[in-house]
Amino acid sequence: MNPVFYILAALTIGGGLAAMLLKHLIHAALAVTVAFAGLALLFLQLDAQFAGFAQILIYIGAVAILIVFAILLTHGAELPKGGVFSKSWLVGLVIAAGVFAVLAWAILQSIRALPQQAAAPVVTVHDIGNALVGRYVLPLEIVALLLTAATIGAVIVAMHEKAVQK
Amino acid sequence: MTGFASPLTGYLLVAALLFAIGLAGALVRRNAIMVLIGIELMLNAANLNFIAFWRYGPHPEALTGMMFAIFSIAVAAAEAAVGLGLVIAIYRHTGTTELDKINRMKG
Repeated sequence: MNPVFYILAALTIGGGLAAMLLKHLIHAALAVTVAFAGLALLFLQLDAQFAGFAQILIYIGAVAILIVFAILLTHGAELPKGGVFSKSWLVGLVIAAGVFAVLAWAILQSIRALPQQAAAPVVTVHDIGNALVGRYVLPLEIVALLLTAATIGAVIVAMHEKAVQK
Repeated sequence: MTGFASPLTGYLLVAALLFAIGLAGALVRRNAIMVLIGIELMLNAANLNFIAFWRYGPHPEALTGMMFAIFSIAVAAAEAAVGLGLVIAIYRHTGTTELDKINRMKG
């Protein structure tokens, strides 16, 4: 456990908390981008360079921008009248706290069973590419199909209604 | 070197906390976009678990956890695109993105 881990963990958790608590949607989108960046740095800290840079490219580069676009297209920048939290917020909070309590209990119970220190694995992008077109070629093809279907589906769903009715 | 017996425990606790924050956001917020952001946070917490177990697991050279995380990121990206497209379509139809005002399945 080095101090870098604590800084990155605080950044990630702080970003997530701020995203869920901030009233303005744009501020929340920026806060969640901080959380995504903290997660990418945690991946790098875990010697998973490829996953870390993929996280930066996909989440900060694409998903955050997509969220900002959706907020602007739905006039989400204005504050709603009835507050940002639903009426049953207490129930949701209790459920989330219960889930965290169970997960933390399970983790703390299994401290002894968890592996201790491990040598940093040496994995190059070359190895990942070989695995992707070797052992994992079927999931790769399925993801390719899924992404194509999702792109077409998103365009069709978000297309103007009158254009669909023609 | 204080606190946890294993660095893995720290990562797992961070992931659990992030998952709980995302779950609370998805359950508590009224705006559909914020619910989607909460779901994204939950997916990211799961990815952190995959990478942490891959790093401290017995066979990191098999790349299983890493591959799972990469495919999970791809599926999450597709989910975000379709989800936000649906939010935009619902906003066009009903004029709001607040979930407690969208209470009709038909028109």
